[in-house]
Amino acid sequence: MKSDKKTVIALAGNPNVGKSTLFNELTGLHQHTGNWPGKTVAIAEGICKKNGRVYKLIDLPGTYSLSAHSAEEELARDFINSGESDAVVVVCDATCLERSLILALQIISMTNNVIVCINLMDEARKKGIVIDSRELSISLGVPVVETAARSRKGISSLLDCVDKLSEKGNEEEEKTELPTENFAAHAAEIAGRCISGNGTGYTKRARRIDKVLTSRAFGFPLMLFMLALIFWITIEGANYPSGALSKLFTSLEAPFFDFLLYLKLPDAVCRALVFGVWRVLSWVVAVMLPPMAIFFPLFTLLEDLGYLPRVAFNLDRAFRACSSCGKQSLTMCMGFGCNAAGVVGCRIIDSPRERIIAMLTNSFVPCNGRFPALITLIGIFFLRNTDSPFSSLFSALLLTLIILFGISATFAASKLLSKTFARGEPSSFALELPPYRRPQIVKVIIRSVFDRTLFVLGRAICISAPAGLIIWLLANTFLGGVSTLSYLAGLLYPFGKMMGLDGVILICFILGLPANEIILPLIIMTYTANGTLTELSDISSVARILSENGWTALTALNTMLFSLCHWPCATTLMTIKKESGSIKWTLLAALLPTAFGIAVCLLTRFISALF
Amino acid sequence: MNGSICRLCDIECGETARVLSLSDENLLKERLSDLGFTEGTVVECIMKSPLGDPTAFLIRGAVIALRRDNSKHIAVEVMS
Repeated sequence: MKSDKKTVIALAGNPNVGKSTLFNELTGLHQHTGNWPGKTVAIAEGICKKNGRVYKLIDLPGTYSLSAHSAEEELARDFINSGESDAVVVVCDATCLERSLILALQIISMTNNVIVCINLMDEARKKGIVIDSRELSISLGVPVVETAARSRKGISSLLDCVDKLSEKGNEEEEKTELPTENFAAHAAEIAGRCISGNGTGYTKRARRIDKVLTSRAFGFPLMLFMLALIFWITIEGANYPSGALSKLFTSLEAPFFDFLLYLKLPDAVCRALVFGVWRVLSWVVAVMLPPMAIFFPLFTLLEDLGYLPRVAFNLDRAFRACSSCGKQSLTMCMGFGCNAAGVVGCRIIDSPRERIIAMLTNSFVPCNGRFPALITLIGIFFLRNTDSPFSSLFSALLLTLIILFGISATFAASKLLSKTFARGEPSSFALELPPYRRPQIVKVIIRSVFDRTLFVLGRAICISAPAGLIIWLLANTFLGGVSTLSYLAGLLYPFGKMMGLDGVILICFILGLPANEIILPLIIMTYTANGTLTELSDISSVARILSENGWTALTALNTMLFSLCHWPCATTLMTIKKESGSIKWTLLAALLPTAFGIAVCLLTRFISALF
Repeated sequence: MNGSICRLCDIECGETARVLSLSDENLLKERLSDLGFTEGTVVECIMKSPLGDPTAFLIRGAVIALRRDNSKHIAVEVMS
C-alpha cells in the first residue's frame, strides 16, 4: 500500500459506547463535522497519521441497527454498503457486550473487512466483567481489538489491525458461518461463551443513584437544583471576565479610530466603523463569550456524567402529553446556552415531526444572551436590597421562575403545534440510560469550547457586524428633528403602550434581531439620545434612566416576558432554516413565539389595569 | 406472580420476566428487537419515571426506557 493513499476507516456502533471518544483520540483536532448532501445527519471526518501512513476516519452516527428506520441508520447502512471504506470498525461497549454484538453481527453479515473493537475495557474490568477476546474473534470470524479510548489504550494496536486487514485486501478466505437473521439470539449465545466473571454493566451503585435521581420525592427538586446551580455558576463566573473583556475592547477603540484616520478614511466612515461596527461587535463578544465558555463545559460535564438521559426519562411523560418526547428537554437545556446550538441539538430526536416541534419551540427558553438583561431588570425592579450577600442567590431564584414560565410556554406551544401544523401521534420511544461515567474535565472543556462556543460565537460575529452599522446609521441620521431611531420608536409607540411597553422597547427588540444581548443597551442608548452603545456598568444610572422614561414594574415584567417570547435571533433562524430546509418552518419559528409574547403582554397589561 | 403471563408494562419494579412474544406490528417489532427485546430474553424492571411513565428495563446489560404504549406489545412470563 502506498503511503500517499489514505486508508479509510469507518467507525460504527451503538450510541454511548465511546465511539466519539475513540474518534477524538484518533484524530485530535484534525476533524470537521459536515452535513452530507441531502441529509441532515452530521458526520464527523478526521485525519490520523501514524508511522507515515495517513488514515481518514469517518464517524458514522450511533445506531442500534442498520434497518434504515431513521436517517441515521440509512446513512450508516449506505456508507457501509458503498464499499468506500477499507475497514469498518464496529465499536462495542465492553460493559454491555451482548447488546453491542447485535449490531456487530449485522454489519459482519453485510460487508467484509470488519474489525470489532471492544471499547471501555478498563471500565468493564473495574466492574468485574471478564471478556475472552480470542474466543470472541473465533466466534465472529473477524479480528477483535481491546481498547480503552479514554486512556488511549489499544489505539495503536487498532491501527495495526487495520493495516493488516487492508494489506490482505479482499482475498476471499474461509469465513465462519454466521447467521443472516436472528442476530439477537446469536449475540446472546456468543456473549454467553465469551463473557465470564460475576460483574455486571449496571452496578449496584448506579442502581442506587438512579433510584434517587428518578424518585418521586427527589427527581424534580434535584433537577431544579442542578439548573439553578448551573445558572448561578455561569452568572457569577461570567461577571469578571465580561468586564475585563469589555475594558480591553474599549481601550482598543481609540487606537483603532486613529488607525482608520491614518488610512485617510472620511470622518463619518471612521465613526460608523468604530462607534457602530466595533462597539456592537465587542459588546456581543464581551457579553456572550464568558457565559458560554462557562455554561457549555458545565452542560457537557452533565452530559458525560450520564445525568442528562435521566432528565429526559423524568420528563418524558410531560412531553408525551404534548405529543413530543423527553429528548426535547435536552435540546431545551442546550438552548439555555444558545438557541442555535439547541436547534442543532434537535438532531438527537428520531421522529421528524417531534424534531420540528423541538426546533420551533426552542427559543422559549432564554439563552445566555438574554440572561444579562433579565438579571439587570430583576435587580432594578424586583430586589429590595442588592447589597445583601444572598441577593445573587435570590436573583437566581427569580430567574428560575422566569425560566419556568418559558418552559410552560414551550409546553403550550408544543401542544399547539402538535394539534395544528405538526399533527401526529407520539412515535415509539426508546431511551437508553447509559452507565454513569467519570467525566474527563480537561477534555470536556477543550471540546465544548471548540465545538459549541466558538461555533456560535463565529456566527454571532458575522451577523452583529453589519447590524452595528445599521444601528449606527439609524441613530445618527435625522428625520423631523429627531434621530431616525427615535422617529421609528414614535411610530411604534401606540402599539408598544398597548402591550405595557413603549415604542423604544419595541424598536430595540427589532434591531436586536442579530443578537439578544444588545437589546437593553440599545434601549438605554435610544432613551439618552446617545449615538452609540454605552457601558451599563453603573446599575443605579440605568435604573434612573429607565424610571425617568416611565418604566414601572409592569414595563420591566413585560420586557422580560417579551424577551422570552419573541422571534428567535438571526443566528437561530438561520440555523432553523438550515436544519429544517424549509422557509415555511422558519417563518413559523419566528411568528409563533411572537404571537405568544404579544398575547401574554396584552394579558398582563389587562390584568394590571383591573387593580 | 411467579410463572404468570402478562404484558411487559404490567410487571413491577424489581421483578424479572422472560419475553414470550412481540405483537405483530412490524415496525415496532423490528425496533424492539434491534434493542434486544426478542423471544427468550430476560428483562428486569428497574424503575418508573416520577410521572409514572416511561419505565426503565435492564436488558442484555443495558438500561432502556420504554413507554407503556410500546411495552404493552410485549408478552412476558414473570420469573421472580
